[in-house]
Amino acid sequence: MAILVDENTKVLIQGITGSFGGRHAKLSVDYGTKVVAGVTPGKGGKEFEDTGVPIFDTVDEAVEQTGATVSAIFVPPPFAGDAILEAVDAGVELVVAITEGIPVQDMMRVRSAMEGSGTRLIGPNCPGIVTPGRGENSQGGCRIGIAPGYIHKRGSVGVVSRSGTLTYEAVWQVSEIGLGQSTCVGIGGDPINGTSHTDVLKLFNDDPETESIIMIGEIGGSAEEEAAAWAAENCDKPIAAFIAGATAPPGRRMGHAGAIVSGGKGTAAAKKEALRDAGIEVAETPAEMGAALLKAIG
Amino acid sequence: MNIHEYQAKELFEKFGVPSPKGQVASNAEEAKQIATEMGADQVVVKAQVHAGGRGKGTFKNGFQGGVHLVKSADEAGEIAGKMIGETLVTHQTGEEGKLVSKIMIAEAVDIEKEYYLAILMDRDSRSPVIVASTEGGVNIEDVAEQTPDKIFHEAIHPLAGLQPYEVRKLASRLGFEGDSAKQFAKLLKALFRLFMECDCSMVEINPLVTTPDGQVLALDAKFDFDDNALYRHPDIEELHDPSEEDPREVAAAEFDLNYIGLDGNIACLVNGAGLAMATMDIIKHYGGEPANFLDVGGGATQEQVQNAFKIILGDPNVKAILVNIFGGIMDCDVIAKGIVAACGEVNVNVPLIVRLEGNNVAAGKETLANSGVDIIRGDDLADAAEKAVKAIAA
Repeated sequence: MAILVDENTKVLIQGITGSFGGRHAKLSVDYGTKVVAGVTPGKGGKEFEDTGVPIFDTVDEAVEQTGATVSAIFVPPPFAGDAILEAVDAGVELVVAITEGIPVQDMMRVRSAMEGSGTRLIGPNCPGIVTPGRGENSQGGCRIGIAPGYIHKRGSVGVVSRSGTLTYEAVWQVSEIGLGQSTCVGIGGDPINGTSHTDVLKLFNDDPETESIIMIGEIGGSAEEEAAAWAAENCDKPIAAFIAGATAPPGRRMGHAGAIVSGGKGTAAAKKEALRDAGIEVAETPAEMGAALLKAIG
Repeated sequence: MNIHEYQAKELFEKFGVPSPKGQVASNAEEAKQIATEMGADQVVVKAQVHAGGRGKGTFKNGFQGGVHLVKSADEAGEIAGKMIGETLVTHQTGEEGKLVSKIMIAEAVDIEKEYYLAILMDRDSRSPVIVASTEGGVNIEDVAEQTPDKIFHEAIHPLAGLQPYEVRKLASRLGFEGDSAKQFAKLLKALFRLFMECDCSMVEINPLVTTPDGQVLALDAKFDFDDNALYRHPDIEELHDPSEEDPREVAAAEFDLNYIGLDGNIACLVNGAGLAMATMDIIKHYGGEPANFLDVGGGATQEQVQNAFKIILGDPNVKAILVNIFGGIMDCDVIAKGIVAACGEVNVNVPLIVRLEGNNVAAGKETLANSGVDIIRGDDLADAAEKAVKAIAA
């Protein structure tokens, strides 16, 4: 088990011929991920860099011919909304949008248009999702996106985060303390995204392999508070959390489009308090995420 | 991205949002001429800076107020002369204030009643939300706190768009009747179209006013645009005024660095926004004060590190630099070589603390150790932050 994806998941990559998409597609293949197709309009019929991965013009065709159930989006921002909806239309179960810089209005329309479909969206502006493998350096798992595969270790901790490198930091600490991860999900730093902290907590709670959870949040919005409220009532697994941005001045956007404290809302202090009230172990510094998890487990 | 009031007025005119006449001037002579042409008994002279609280602000030359009601064209020219080229300090500008290089001459309007009207992109409902209140001309946060029942919200469906009933509902709640309700409807529809077509993340009119002769007008406007969408609005991107921003932030943006200046003295250089924020937090935790937020992106090339050092060292408050890199896909050795080379190019004259982790980290640490560059090694994030704080205390 694990959540969302595992070593048997068939993945297609939209934007596989771009330099960024191509580089990470290659790394995923090397990690052992079943990358079964690439999609770039106008480049159908070719093969992706001698990997044996066929390239198709449309997602519809790629899904029909390869049975891919997950699509990773590496398409540039102006075309990313269209790419997500193309994957939804082709009926994939999961779309993981890596693209950074998609206009908010595009995401608003995409989310609205997706309502009622059976597809889940993760991201955009996220590092993706990793279910580590059992081989050396966690090889043989499913890596979708841009996370470094080798820092993972197959284990029992579910990781969910809004940020990229801070997630790697947490994954690293979890590997260092020997526990390893069931699945790591980066939900992205944009104000409008597909999957929330709460959604992922629910999945981890139902996953028999996941025994504990690390949740990483940031200033801005109220997603962490909502997740805390849900967890207090429903989650029976220990959770440790970290919230970045305690020192960020109000009104300044800290890199991620969603990371902003405005009108006194979305402060790190308020989020930490909500988490603690829900019985979640809050790490005071990013260096203590692993330690906080051990404390939560008891 | 923000814009000036006179630029907002131009957008209002383009989309048919009624507002008082106004024109921008860059010197006293122009100001006088505009006021003459306007031919009104009274005009308002308004300093053009990206900051609120202009009316109550003070210029560094001692002149009071960035907004003045004047009774003649001569007076308009005279007041404009006292503002242009001077620095205005308001409660939003900080002590350093903002240089006024343009003023706007606007028609003075008789106000019957003031309202508040805004549209913003709401992350919770994932849709545009119209916020309106019968309490205008005051700080809306205070209204929200003291009399929240006087604020009305209307979430607009992302695909259906603004519906006539939603306009009628808001007009009714605000107490508009008859012709003024029609005028309000016209203004709101135009404003919503502007919001959507220009990819705004916020547009705020405070105050929206009614006049004794029955007009409904936008008296002031504050815009914020979605930076991600600027690529499809070159005309709006042109309105960008870099002189309104921290020059270090402008310089950083040129090199694809995300920099925000703060008041502390420990500079940080980090890859990734979340980790950059977390690094600021841990500096504070150990009793230090971060001098900046700086995200060099997922990669961190030598050129970027070099430029980042230059920008960081341009801040005279900086007494130490903490580099925190989690080399995920990037080889730590490549990053280490980049740091060493950057130190060769830029004279780093404050303690430099480096914490490297990730891919090929052993080789990276060796490169740093053998470089001859004076680097304090942080073994982990906590150790690095502690050493940075100590380096300053010493």
